[in-house]
Amino acid sequence: MINGIWVFLLVSGILVAAINGRMDVVTEAVLNGAKQGVVVCLGLLSIMVFWLGLMRIADSAGLVQSLAKVIHPLARFLYPSVPKNHPAMGSIVANMSANFLGLGSAATPLGLKAMRELQELNPDKERASDAMCTLLAINTSGLTIIPATVIGLRMQYNSSNPTEIVICTIFATFLSTTIAVLLDRFYRARDRRKGGRPR
Amino acid sequence: MMEIVQLVAAWTLPLLIAFIPAYALIFKKVPVYETFIDGAKGGLPTIIKIMPHLVGMLVAVSVFRESGALELLINALNPLLIPLGVPPEFLPMALLRSISGSGSMAIMTDIFQTHGPDSFLGKLASTMQGASDTTLYVLTVYFGSVGIRNARYAVKVGLLADLASVAASLFIVHMLFAN
Repeated sequence: MINGIWVFLLVSGILVAAINGRMDVVTEAVLNGAKQGVVVCLGLLSIMVFWLGLMRIADSAGLVQSLAKVIHPLARFLYPSVPKNHPAMGSIVANMSANFLGLGSAATPLGLKAMRELQELNPDKERASDAMCTLLAINTSGLTIIPATVIGLRMQYNSSNPTEIVICTIFATFLSTTIAVLLDRFYRARDRRKGGRPR
Repeated sequence: MMEIVQLVAAWTLPLLIAFIPAYALIFKKVPVYETFIDGAKGGLPTIIKIMPHLVGMLVAVSVFRESGALELLINALNPLLIPLGVPPEFLPMALLRSISGSGSMAIMTDIFQTHGPDSFLGKLASTMQGASDTTLYVLTVYFGSVGIRNARYAVKVGLLADLASVAASLFIVHMLFAN
């Protein structure tokens, strides 16, 4: 599906530009997009290096494991295929906590760490495991309690009540995350019925 | 309420950054600096794996947007969506939310500038921006970092969840702040 989306975005974009006689825009858009990709990576690199370092400390001090114990029942329910004491469980829980608090910059490195650890459990290294799909579903639906960036931007634009939208956001994010988890379960079950390998 | 949330938002990160090394050193005798360096080393290899994925995806998104294809899609969808209570100014943001986080953020700030953050549209944009994450980016980065080629149903789930978050945002903002 990702292949289809990629080709669709590129080809339909270039076709529209051709029809409008604005081919020059395409070349510029390609360069800008590529540059943005590198810039985003560099931005992520600095945060990533720092958070992975900090998380190693938290891990060595047993903090990740204590946190994991608190959110454990929820994590067990969401990731039945991950063994109880596997390091992936700790990273998943840390990623979930960072998302909750709206610490987007911390959530990504922790999520990637969880991905790496889930990959160790994955028998087919090129095919996403059940747990990987769940981790993705939860992260794409953006489970947040404090949407810090949005609140910051609202302040910047002189909102009379910047945090007014917090309740709405919590409602919307919980609903969409619940739907994401349900869809994840639904498609997993369907995958199995169609003869996909259980995992 | 606002002061508390503001305070929490400003304090959480610094407190965490102070607490983790202090606790580790004092109570667990962890050699914190060496441990930090050891963990931090893992950052670069991950980014090197992600970079090609991100460049590829952002080029496609950029071409789609700059060529006017996005605008065409929006114009085609508008007659269908206006009866459902989706304001035309909101549609570009809803469509971009799944494919480009900075793109939808840019449209949100544009809405703030022209309509104000406290307008119906401003509240709707704020809710949706906060309630969801950029599916294509998360997918690219997460799966790219470990070399997953077969994403199975993950793309479908991510995009359907985005649709749910747009619907949920529209519903709740209509309920609470109908003008």
